[in-house]
Amino acid sequence: MRTLLLAGTALLTLAGTAVPAFAQVSDNVIRIGVLNDRSGIYADLAGEGSAIAARMAAEEFGNKVAGAPVEIVVADHQNKADIAASKAREWVDTGGVDAIADVPNSAAALAVQGITKDKKRIFLMSGPGATALSGAQCSPYGFQWTYDNYAMAAGTGRALYEQGKKKWFFVTADYAFGQSLEEETTKMVKSLGGTIIGSVRHPLGTADFSSFLLQAQGSGADVIGLANAGGDTVNAVKQAAEFGITQSGQSLAGLLMFISDVNALGLQSAQGLMLTTGFYWDMDDQTREWSKAFEAKAGKKPTMVQAGVYSAVKHYLKAVEAAKTDDADKVSAKMRELPVEDMFAKKGRIAANGRMFHDMYLAQVKTPAESKGAWDYYKIVKTIPADTAFMDPKQSGCSLVK
Amino acid sequence: MSVASNSSTVAMRGHTRSTGTILIAAALLLIAVAAPFVLYPVFLMKVLCFALFACAFNLLIGYAGLLSFGHAAFFGGAAYIAAHTVKVWGWAPEFGLIAATAVAGAMGLVFGLIAIRRQGIYFAMITLALSQMVFFLALQLPFTHGEDGIQGVPRGTLFGLFDLGQPLTMYYTVLAIFVGGFALIWRTVHSPFGQVLKAIRENEPRAVSLGYRTDRYKLVAFVLSASLAGLAGGTKALVFQLASLTDVTWQMSGEVVLMTLLGGMGTLFGPVVGAGLVVTLESYLASTSLPVPVVIGCIFVVCVLVFRRGIVGELLARLPRRGH
Amino acid sequence: MFSLLGVPPQVLFGQLLLGLINGSFYALLSLGLAVIFGMLNVINFAHGALYMVGAFVAWLLLTYAGVGYWGALVVAPVVVGLLGIALEKTMLSRLYKLDHLYGLLLTFGLALILEGAFRHQYGVSGQPYPIPDALKGGQNLGFMFLPNYRAWVVVASLTICFGTWFAIERTKLGAYLRAATENPTLVQAFGINVPVMVSLTYGFGVALAGLAGVLAAPIYQVSPLMGTNLIIIVFAVVVIGGMGSILGAIVTGLGLGLLEGLTKVFYPEASNIVVFVVMAIVLLIKPAGLFGRER
Repeated sequence: MRTLLLAGTALLTLAGTAVPAFAQVSDNVIRIGVLNDRSGIYADLAGEGSAIAARMAAEEFGNKVAGAPVEIVVADHQNKADIAASKAREWVDTGGVDAIADVPNSAAALAVQGITKDKKRIFLMSGPGATALSGAQCSPYGFQWTYDNYAMAAGTGRALYEQGKKKWFFVTADYAFGQSLEEETTKMVKSLGGTIIGSVRHPLGTADFSSFLLQAQGSGADVIGLANAGGDTVNAVKQAAEFGITQSGQSLAGLLMFISDVNALGLQSAQGLMLTTGFYWDMDDQTREWSKAFEAKAGKKPTMVQAGVYSAVKHYLKAVEAAKTDDADKVSAKMRELPVEDMFAKKGRIAANGRMFHDMYLAQVKTPAESKGAWDYYKIVKTIPADTAFMDPKQSGCSLVK
Repeated sequence: MSVASNSSTVAMRGHTRSTGTILIAAALLLIAVAAPFVLYPVFLMKVLCFALFACAFNLLIGYAGLLSFGHAAFFGGAAYIAAHTVKVWGWAPEFGLIAATAVAGAMGLVFGLIAIRRQGIYFAMITLALSQMVFFLALQLPFTHGEDGIQGVPRGTLFGLFDLGQPLTMYYTVLAIFVGGFALIWRTVHSPFGQVLKAIRENEPRAVSLGYRTDRYKLVAFVLSASLAGLAGGTKALVFQLASLTDVTWQMSGEVVLMTLLGGMGTLFGPVVGAGLVVTLESYLASTSLPVPVVIGCIFVVCVLVFRRGIVGELLARLPRRGH
Repeated sequence: MFSLLGVPPQVLFGQLLLGLINGSFYALLSLGLAVIFGMLNVINFAHGALYMVGAFVAWLLLTYAGVGYWGALVVAPVVVGLLGIALEKTMLSRLYKLDHLYGLLLTFGLALILEGAFRHQYGVSGQPYPIPDALKGGQNLGFMFLPNYRAWVVVASLTICFGTWFAIERTKLGAYLRAATENPTLVQAFGINVPVMVSLTYGFGVALAGLAGVLAAPIYQVSPLMGTNLIIIVFAVVVIGGMGSILGAIVTGLGLGLLEGLTKVFYPEASNIVVFVVMAIVLLIKPAGLFGRER
């Protein structure tokens, strides 16, 4: 029924009944679609929080740029690539959407990247981590904003090596994503002179990690790298605490962890864990102030993905304002030209492959004693400068890099 | 004995009303031809793919009385085959679809050989477990690319003539595939073979005593159903230009059961109506704050408790009887 | 001593012990399924969801009522059991005269609703549940570190499994139950209220799932999705053991846990598939399952 309505609206628009008041902005509205998982495994790290963050960005412009109102629309892709693809197509074809934001889940994001590339719409990726999105599958209109698997894995690998932890053992989710996390970390650790003692592959969605952890414990490694995500990581960390792994001197490194995972685990289980993050709410006055406003609306502190959605949408609107149009080619050029400067990214810049370069941070999860209250979870151990945090665009395999 | 026994009379009566059915079918076809000018084509294509999937599933449950809880394996597995042959091996879309259908049929043969020996709930459990194996394979085999799935599948040019990149060309191709599949099911149901299937469904021991080798009939029906489910999955991969894990999960197997149940088991048009409703509902719910699984679950429960004939089944049951 | 394919014996023992722990979960869950199937001829698709509800009840009790682990161990199964009885009375009982497949479809819908509702309410990251103080820490067995809590899980679930088996196979109540399965009309004629017995059986079966949920809460994350993946494996366990066979469910559950443990050492990638492979082989050789009777 909705489709019918949308199709009807589109036909009317085609028939020329709408008089364009601002010739540069298509259908007189800047529409940003926040497409993410609102009910499944990524709902906590993205979900409604990302929509709130996008709205906060629009409000800073008074919900109006280049003379046109800004509208945020939202949909749940249910972690299904086909639903993401059909929603994105529908938005672009009949919904007048100018930019799509967030899209966690790499399969869904790759599908949306293909569509936005074809149809020339801006794609602001905060949720997905697949490096292919700014590599082999890059697009002139696609921007990977918050993090990527390389930054998470290599960042943690390098930082731990520099702390003298040189022998690694991996507990890896046995599918493309887990393997790529392991591969990136391995490359980094080996290039620095460290060694990989071993690794064990577990199927996706494993509930019981005890047997894998036991193998890791027996290996004598300095670091156990968890090359998995979401529920798998959470269960692995919880059971590592049960088996006394961190107490016995080995470090546990989450290669892809979010603050929502730490919150779910509780500090008792998560303490001491090393991880890389693109954002932490308690870094400076700006982040604290923004996060407080966010918490007032969402009831919890923002994850880096949600903060990234805010930053990306804000930068997009800034570019539309400057270019005075929503034409994707012009806006995309403007986005690359302007520096990214807000509470999320200081002196950020966008490389040719669509990767937004900004500082990343190595964090260690606090012990219950160190934590002063709710959401006081991270000690920022080290800032990873933008240049070393992300993959060199020349090596990304993106055809846009000359 | 049979799961669809209360709708069986409906199906039988449907046979005597075949002229009426043909008229309805012609009217529906006309609507389907005109639909893309009013509704969004990609949405319609999705409905058609799921409708064919549900019809294929219905062939088993509605006419042979076998509840497969693992049909996602054929649907999703075939989607991977179509996506891989077309994208990586550069096959033309028609050959990709043939390969997808053939592989799904072969998988159906293997599943069938193992599962056919058991009935009822046992059959459902075995198909479910086998499809889980396919899921784990899809997760781990290198060519499926795990969580990312196979993306950016080119639609290509059908028979070297029709550019499927054009939304309308793609739509009419999907419509043709659906009509072809539907006609095959129709033909099967009304053939002597279909009558034997119904006899098995109603009373298997009697069919055996009449000299039918019922296992063979069931196996053929299973393979046919799996192949058509594969055709639907392969087509979906071309429409969305991707194949992903979603289509091989057991939740997908549950979804096709729901579509068939909602529309009406053992009726020809029921699964089409059910698929249309479920797909519309899911795309509508995507933009609301209602939790999708809860709504779907409630429909399931209501259908099972008070609405077992499904929409088309209820309608047919309420129509005035003719010739009786 | 011996070493298998380069795996030292102490590692092997460790993994076998862990397999036994997982196996005891499988046994507890498949036992509930088998009891329900034997009596009601219903494959309870909502079993995984009710296991999840059991864990959540424990968490809710701790968070909002201050009731700890030991209290939850009693209260949560009762709550889940009552919920089960309510579902059986209002919905399942209307379907007994129809094909058994409708029971499967109904419980499938119920599972979707329960999981969806908890997901909507509590998100999917899950909630932490601490190990009770009395069972913290662990023993160094020489070949591995065994957390006390895991040892407790094995002891508790084995006791319950064999207790249930004894009650059904060796007591008078169990005899009524088995008789009612064979011929409900006759048993009714003897003055036993069969519908009530059916309700109680369903309640007991799902209470076992709720209990397994409480046992699992401190090990896994209390998450709405915790039952989803487990339930399919447990189905396979029940099929292999022979549907409705109590002893079959227990023995197969433990056996498959051990087998999975071994797979995790020698070929970890396959540890999720091994159960299904075994199932296919068993069905080819013995279609009724290892302990099942042809019906």
